[in-house]
Amino acid sequence: MATEVHAAEGATGYIIHHLTALHVGEGFWTLHLDTLFFSAVLGGLFLWFFKTAADKATAGVPGLVQNFAEMLIEFVDTQVKDSFHGNSKLIAPLALTIFCWVFLWNFMDLFPVDIFPLIGSLMGIEYLRVVPSTDLNATFAMSISVFCLIIFYSIKIKGPWGFAKELMFQPFGPWLLPFNLLLKLVEEIAKPISLALRLFGNLYAGELIFILIALLPWYIQPVLSFPWAIFHILIITLQAFIFMVLTIVYLSMAHEDH
Amino acid sequence: MSINATLIGQMITFALLVWFTMKYIWPPLFDSLEERKKKIADGLAAAEKGQEEIILAEKRAKGVLKEAKEQSSEIVTLAQKRANEIVEESKDTAKKEGERLIVAAKAQIEQEIQQAKEGLRQEVADLALSAAEQILGAEIDKAKHQDIVSKVSNQLG
Repeated sequence: MATEVHAAEGATGYIIHHLTALHVGEGFWTLHLDTLFFSAVLGGLFLWFFKTAADKATAGVPGLVQNFAEMLIEFVDTQVKDSFHGNSKLIAPLALTIFCWVFLWNFMDLFPVDIFPLIGSLMGIEYLRVVPSTDLNATFAMSISVFCLIIFYSIKIKGPWGFAKELMFQPFGPWLLPFNLLLKLVEEIAKPISLALRLFGNLYAGELIFILIALLPWYIQPVLSFPWAIFHILIITLQAFIFMVLTIVYLSMAHEDH
Repeated sequence: MSINATLIGQMITFALLVWFTMKYIWPPLFDSLEERKKKIADGLAAAEKGQEEIILAEKRAKGVLKEAKEQSSEIVTLAQKRANEIVEESKDTAKKEGERLIVAAKAQIEQEIQQAKEGLRQEVADLALSAAEQILGAEIDKAKHQDIVSKVSNQLG
């Protein structure tokens, strides 16, 4: 469904066009408006749905909305209780937010790749990338937030000295202090990076394949995009789930005092 | 593709979402879940208690029934005993009454016999006197011969 302009630029142009964000600003102060807009809208959707359920929440017979919300709550709560044994008011809501938000981000991937850019072009918007998780900024924003929480809780639970001790003296004892420090730092820093890159990589690749399929003749497209979309339903849920579970695990590790 | 200020915007959005969820979404939904769990648990406990109470009540009812049966059989036994006693008593009374009647009748008979004997004696004495009078041809002074007459009449009795 490439438009005239993109056809002239060829397949590469089409792909680049689809993976370029709508941005304003220069250098570091560039803002990806599409990422900000869609993630905010999806976040709002998530909050609206759960707020509706929460407002009508009763201990009696639940309605349809409440039922669904409670199902997710129970699901998240089970995950949290499985790996986190402390008492925290933050972790469960955090996990729920991460799961739902990431899932909604990823879900945008299932819309046909050209629908939103087409609507955008009709409204005069040249570039539009609708899947926030194909933007490194979105995934890193989340993983860096989680990383900050990890550091915060590590220091809060173990104390600054306790945390420093853990960094310096584990796992090989005080005689190999520099080595321990290096290992621990890599381990800690690997957490946000792996979180962000895993989600980004999966969704970016998925989106790329959808775009590639969209370049094929129309009679082949359904044969390929249909199974890929079905497979993708699994991927988007799985990625959201992984992000959530790893967040819980990292935070429970931060809570554990050795 | 590069990291830029979008990161900061996303982080702010994320923080807001988490804050909102933590404050307004998780607690009411989770509380309602817990409350329902408690309600169900309470209901189950109440049902179990009710069942236990039914069993207890059945036991109690059985006990009461058994007691009542025992009492009734006791009452029946007592009544039978009493009835026997009454029968015995009335038999005794009847016997005594009969004996009394017999005694009375005998006494009466005796009395009547005595009366009849007395009458007969009188008559025999009279007859003997009149016969002696006729024989002697002269009237015997009744007062004078009282001893003799009574002697005779005694001999007759």
